[in-house]
This record gives sequence, C-alpha cells and structure tokens, in this order.
Amino acid sequence: MSAATPWTVASIQGALRAKKVSAREITTEFYANIDRRNPDLNAYLTLSRERAFAQADRVDVATACGEKLGSLAGVPIAVKDVISTAGVRTTCGSKILETYVPPYDATAVARLEKAGAVILGKTNCDEFAMGSSNENSAYGPVRNPVALDRVPGGSSGGSAAAVAAGMAVAALGTDTGGSIRQPGACCGVPAMMPTYGRVSRYGLIAFASSLDRIGPFATNVADTASIMAVIAGHDENDATSAAVPSTDYAAGIEQAVQGMRIGVPDEYFGEGLDSQVKEKVLAGITLLEKLGCRRVSLKMPHTEYAIATYYIIATAEASSNLARYDGVRYGLRVPGATLIDMYRKTRERGFGAEVKRRLMLGTYALSSGYYDAYYLRAQKVRALIARDFGEAFQKVDAIVTPTAPTPAFKLGEKTSDPLQMYLADIYTVTGSLAGIPGISVPCGITREKLPIGMQILGPHFSEARILQLARAFEKAGGFTI
Amino acid sequence: MTISREDVLRVAELAQLELTPEEAELYRGQLDEILSYIGKLQKLDVTNVEPMTQMSFGAAELVASSSASLSEAESDLREDKLRPCNIADAVLEQAPDAAKPFFRVPKVIER
Repeated sequence: MSAATPWTVASIQGALRAKKVSAREITTEFYANIDRRNPDLNAYLTLSRERAFAQADRVDVATACGEKLGSLAGVPIAVKDVISTAGVRTTCGSKILETYVPPYDATAVARLEKAGAVILGKTNCDEFAMGSSNENSAYGPVRNPVALDRVPGGSSGGSAAAVAAGMAVAALGTDTGGSIRQPGACCGVPAMMPTYGRVSRYGLIAFASSLDRIGPFATNVADTASIMAVIAGHDENDATSAAVPSTDYAAGIEQAVQGMRIGVPDEYFGEGLDSQVKEKVLAGITLLEKLGCRRVSLKMPHTEYAIATYYIIATAEASSNLARYDGVRYGLRVPGATLIDMYRKTRERGFGAEVKRRLMLGTYALSSGYYDAYYLRAQKVRALIARDFGEAFQKVDAIVTPTAPTPAFKLGEKTSDPLQMYLADIYTVTGSLAGIPGISVPCGITREKLPIGMQILGPHFSEARILQLARAFEKAGGFTI
Repeated sequence: MTISREDVLRVAELAQLELTPEEAELYRGQLDEILSYIGKLQKLDVTNVEPMTQMSFGAAELVASSSASLSEAESDLREDKLRPCNIADAVLEQAPDAAKPFFRVPKVIER
C-alpha cells in the first residue's frame, strides 16, 4: 500500500517557523523512511546524507538566528539521477556512468537548495531516461509502492515512487515523452511537465534536446506549484530557456475555474484505452463541468501519428547526444587496441539493451538515404501535431485526457516487446512534441486499487492555469473520485 | 522485411556499437517491427508542411494562443562573450586516463 508523507511544503514551513521541529529532525525522519522502504522499492540509487544534513543545519541556524527562510526551507526533495549534483554520483541509470561524479550542480538543483530545500539523494530511472517502466535501469527496476509486483512507470519511476512512498515530500523528474506524467499516474501522485524552456536544463544530462524537460512530483497541487515557482525562470546557462517571466505559481491556484473551456479530444478515448481508466477520467471531466467548466468536444486528427513521430525524433537526437560516451573524458572505459576499438568496446559494455536499440533506430533514421523518409518527415508531422494543438487552443483553455492507456502493468509484462512498451506513452508524447505544459493528477483507482491519472494540457506558458484547474479538481475530491 | 542483417551491422558501425551476433539478430527483428509501425507516417500528405526544427521558437508560433510575452523569449540569446571557466582540474578528475592537462587515448597516428 501507498503511504505518502503527511508533511507538505506549507506544514514544514509552519512547523519550522513555530520551532516545533528542526530541519535536521525532518531530514532524519525521511532517511528513516528511506531505510525502511527503499530495500523493497529500489527508488533511490544514491543517498546524499552529508549534503542533506549540512543543508538542514544551515536552515536550522538561519531559524535560530531569526533570518528569513526560503520558500522550501527544510523540504526534503529527491532528484532523478539524470540531473547533475556536484559531488554526488549521477549515473543516469547506466553502467557507463557508474562512477561519474559531476563537478557542478544543475540549475534546478541549485535553485531548490537556494530556497532551502534538502536534497536527500538521487532516484532510479530507466537508463538515460529511455523507458516507460523503469525496467531499463542498469541498477534494477523500481517497484510500485502501491503494488509491489507492478512497475512504477517510467522513466522517472524512482522519483514517483519516492514521493508516493513517503521517502520525499517532492521530487524532480524529467519528461521527454511522458516520463514525469506517466509514472505520476502509475504511482498516484501529481506530476508536472512544464512548457519547453520554462525550467532550465543546465546540468540535465541530455537524452533528446528538443523534448527534454525538468519538472516536479509532489503529494498535492500546492506543493507542485511551490516547487515550480522555485525552479522556473530564465537561466543564461541554458540557451533554450525562455525569458518569459515566471510567476509565483502557488499564489493563484485557489482561483475559481468557472467558465473555463475544457477540450476533450475523441482520439484520446478510443481503442486501446482501458475501460476503467476511461470511466474514471470521464467522471473527472464531469466533475470539472460541475465546477463550472464548459466541455468542448475536439478532433485532433494527427494524434495517431504521435508515437511514430516521437520515436524517430527522440532516437535521432539521442543517437547524437549519446555519442559523447566514448570512454575518453568521463565514465566507463574499456581498453581497446585502437581508438575506435576502445569506443566500441566501451559502448557495447556500458549501454543496456534499450539504449542500444534506440541508438540503432536513431542512427538508422538519420543515415544517408533514409533521412528524408524518416527524420525530415517526422519533423513535418511534428509540425502538424503542434498545429492540432494550436487550433484546439483557439477554442479551449485546456485539454483533458487520460495520462496513460492502462494502470501500472506488471513487472516483465512488456519487456520483450519494445513497441508495446512505447505505446504506454500514447497520450503523453503529443504534448511533448508540441512543447506545451501538462500535469497528471490522480483520478481515482481501479477495482484492483491501482491509481489512475488524468492529464491536463494547456498552451505554452499556461502553467498557472493548469495548476489552478488541478487544484480545483483536487479540492472537489477528484483525486479519489 | 525492411531491414536486413547487413543494415543492422552497418548502422551499428555508424553508432560505434560492437554488437554480438545474438544482439544483431534480436535488433534486426525488433527494428523491423518498429520501422514497419513507423511506416504509417508515409500515409500522411506533408506537401507544403515546414519541418518543425526549432522548439523554443517554432512551437510557440504554431501554438498560436500563447501568452503575449513570447516575443521576449525570441530575443533572449545572451551576448557571446568570454567568461572565466576554471574547471579544467575538476573535469580531468573524472577522466578514465588523464595526463593533465590532457585526456590520454590509444595512439591514433602511427609514425
């Protein structure tokens, strides 16, 4: 069973300021939870106790001195192991980076710590964030805290499981085709993918650069918004980060959603959607209507091409980004007689099966004679998918869909069939390709007590609106509908 | 069959992967299945569609209903000037075989 922590960002801020608890005590409590639960769940790969307690002590000294505390003071947070942490091992779930210790912090991590957050450790994930089940980690799969024989989703499965199991108040994940939202749905916690460019990716170890985003998991919408408020915003170290001003996302979430137009695209409720998931998400939409939203039926005709488009673009970009793992500058080196021989032996031993499969696919799609038929065509279809969203957002303020076609599946169920595994992302890759933000919120459970996720998508930089809708849904009981 | 064993070995060479014979056969079958699924893109008419190559700018333009401040994002490339970056030692510490200030690799040029 799941057991998320009762601590929230707000309750920790209140307790610290009232001196009812110290940041050190909170940190100690969370490491005790980790020691108890992590052996079963395998959500954390590396714990950063020294760094965490040093930060907790800084918060406690600041409290004792009457200094102004940051908005996340003493909040224990887990970080996906594809995000760089200075002095703390960062493996990307890969053998090729087994001993890699980054010399610098990702901007998102630095901003969390500046706001007083305590980084507990690094969470397990599919190797280089490639996967939908966490079974592609070189360090073993993560188990779903709600049902131990099931996957937590992926690729940010460790971050989702850590939050769902009370091993962190919040976590950072990354989303390239659904890797934040889908594990959020599988583990029953809110999970947000911000707009492309909204959160700096400086220090994020790249998978697919036109798709990768960093975003939060938390136990409630207000905490999700509080994390977003800290990590969002322009960063001159990331040329793709947008200079669009960010707002205090937590401030406006209680505003009414009456009058908002909610788009419901037919294509997200067709063949392949589990009947229980469908039933709950439709009930969720009805709840939003009761809150005063107006439901608008939509057609998004290019939806069915999204998975094919995604797996060309993401793998093509990965084949370029992962060329850097060659045994020269960091990570694993397997000796070879020549330079090329060393590259090949290093990559053969260092990469797992799914990474190799995607590097092969991406290299094929970019290779001479196939570029126009695959990569260039995929970029054109991507434009059509983005256009579907552009046209939809002329008519609606947000779009509501299921996050994933099924609840969490069993470990091993899809590992022998890569294509079936890719289809787990069928409702999430569209928003990834269009660059728009989305959140997955819990939307009841199945008869087998497995969490269901509902996805809310909005136009570029509409995070505040999406969070407002998510909060109204949460407040009206949508999470347990 | 759209992809042959020779294709697989050629692509592996381009990707600098040294596949075992078992891996080559496994990937041939799996890539074949994935590529035939991806083949559905050939059905679409993409005449006169511009490829979406720039996320930060292109997507924002396509999704027309975005916020008014997007123009700011477009002008946001920082000035291209040198900044101090004294991290060479920290970086070299991660190297499998460093001879400061160099990375050492197997001999490339025979004399």
